[in-house]
Amino acid sequence: MAKITYIEHDGTEHVVDVKNGLTVMEGAVKNNIPGIDADCGGACACATCHVYVDEAWREKTGSTSAMEDSMLDFAENVEPNSRLSCQIKVTDALDGLIVRMPESQH
Amino acid sequence: MSQSDAHVVILGAGHAGGTAAALLRQYGHTGLITMVGEEPIPPYQRPPLSKAWLKGEADADSLALKPLEFYGEQNIDFRPNLKAVKLARSDKTVTLSDGSIVSYDVLIIATGMRPIRLPIEGADLEGVLTLRSAADAEVIKAALGPGKRLAIIGGGYIGLEVAASARALGAEAVIIEREPRILARSACEALSNFFHGYHLSRGVEFVLGAGVEAFVGEGGKVTGVRLADGRVIECDVVLLGVGAVPNDEIAREAGLECARGIVVDLEARTADPSVFAIGDVTHRPLPHYGRMFGPESVPSALEQAKQAASAITGRAAPTPEVPWNWSDQYDLKLQIAGLPFDADKILLRGDPASGKFAVFHLKGDQVQSVEAINSPPEFMMGKQLIANRKSVDPAKLADPSVSMKEVAV
Repeated sequence: MAKITYIEHDGTEHVVDVKNGLTVMEGAVKNNIPGIDADCGGACACATCHVYVDEAWREKTGSTSAMEDSMLDFAENVEPNSRLSCQIKVTDALDGLIVRMPESQH
Repeated sequence: MSQSDAHVVILGAGHAGGTAAALLRQYGHTGLITMVGEEPIPPYQRPPLSKAWLKGEADADSLALKPLEFYGEQNIDFRPNLKAVKLARSDKTVTLSDGSIVSYDVLIIATGMRPIRLPIEGADLEGVLTLRSAADAEVIKAALGPGKRLAIIGGGYIGLEVAASARALGAEAVIIEREPRILARSACEALSNFFHGYHLSRGVEFVLGAGVEAFVGEGGKVTGVRLADGRVIECDVVLLGVGAVPNDEIAREAGLECARGIVVDLEARTADPSVFAIGDVTHRPLPHYGRMFGPESVPSALEQAKQAASAITGRAAPTPEVPWNWSDQYDLKLQIAGLPFDADKILLRGDPASGKFAVFHLKGDQVQSVEAINSPPEFMMGKQLIANRKSVDPAKLADPSVSMKEVAV
């Protein structure tokens, strides 16, 4: 279980508990948090669950796969700390994670 | 116009209906929301049913769009095991299958499609299956495994995905297709050939150009498929993957305009301002192509859920999206952006033999659609080129050594 803070583009914060094994994307969707669309449901096919990982957490959330990299390479408003939240699995080590959402996912 | 206290009734608790209910709350709707679903369980994702779920890599909890408690917490009255049988627009009521009558201020029809069942001899034998619901997937999963032989009628994406999953589970799979090639209606020849070869090399059998005449059985259970030429293809179970039809009957009977599905505008609204329709049951405008179509896809359903929820809560309409879809088979990820309407040229980028390539459909020098196999840049950039109506240099587009970022002129 990890407490994750999702921050919308307008600054609205949502703090929720997400079960281990779910992804950061699923944590947002199951809690009806705006700003993560996740059209493909986690198939790494759409890049609509884009988030910015808080600097302090970049290492703990792991590295990107080649597929995720090339999706992000063409997504909008990408920053060095951009990730697809469907590719970040939740574990106890992510307790306290903070992610921010871009203005739009499309 | 916003009616934040309106009673919104959603008919259908699939991907479209469930998303609309959640978005209405996300967008601040305070009125009662009633969601009527035919199945016993709350809305879930269907795409994994033919893929991860069938292979045992996903469970019911992970499929659910939201946990069951969500609906109670959000004051969404989820009513399972029911469907609407009659819509009376003049008094704004819906009659449900248990005889109860529900009044609405705003109605969202999200009743989806149902698989076509072939009206031929033996169609009611045990083991002749379709795949639409989680319950269907449960039956198929139980029927697959080592030593089992699955006959799939129809070489479309559902059939191919289930064939891939069946092979992963150790079952034999044979695809029977009426047309001379698989994906005849949904993909170009290069892609058909590629998928055909990929599945062949993984042990899937094909019978192409073959009409199905009957299902044969013993003791009420299917044992084979009889073709028009008299051949019998033996099997333990049959999956029908020959298409689906919209569940638009109550809308038709209520006098709403229907084509292949309920006709809606870019707000997902029908000609009746109190009635919206979203998802696979609709026939909708595609502004990038200046025409009406029924895309039959999850992204289209989600986009329309957004359109309807925005209109009902008085938010600005969302920017129209390029239609897209995806399919997973074995280690292949197919991503499709756009639709190949009026395309006059097909262009191949990359080498199919490498398992990584894209097929672009062009109209003049503009991209109408792209089918990308294990090629996210081609999909992502292709989608943007379609959205922006940018012209491309076909020579650059056909040359994989030129980055996708440099193909626009």
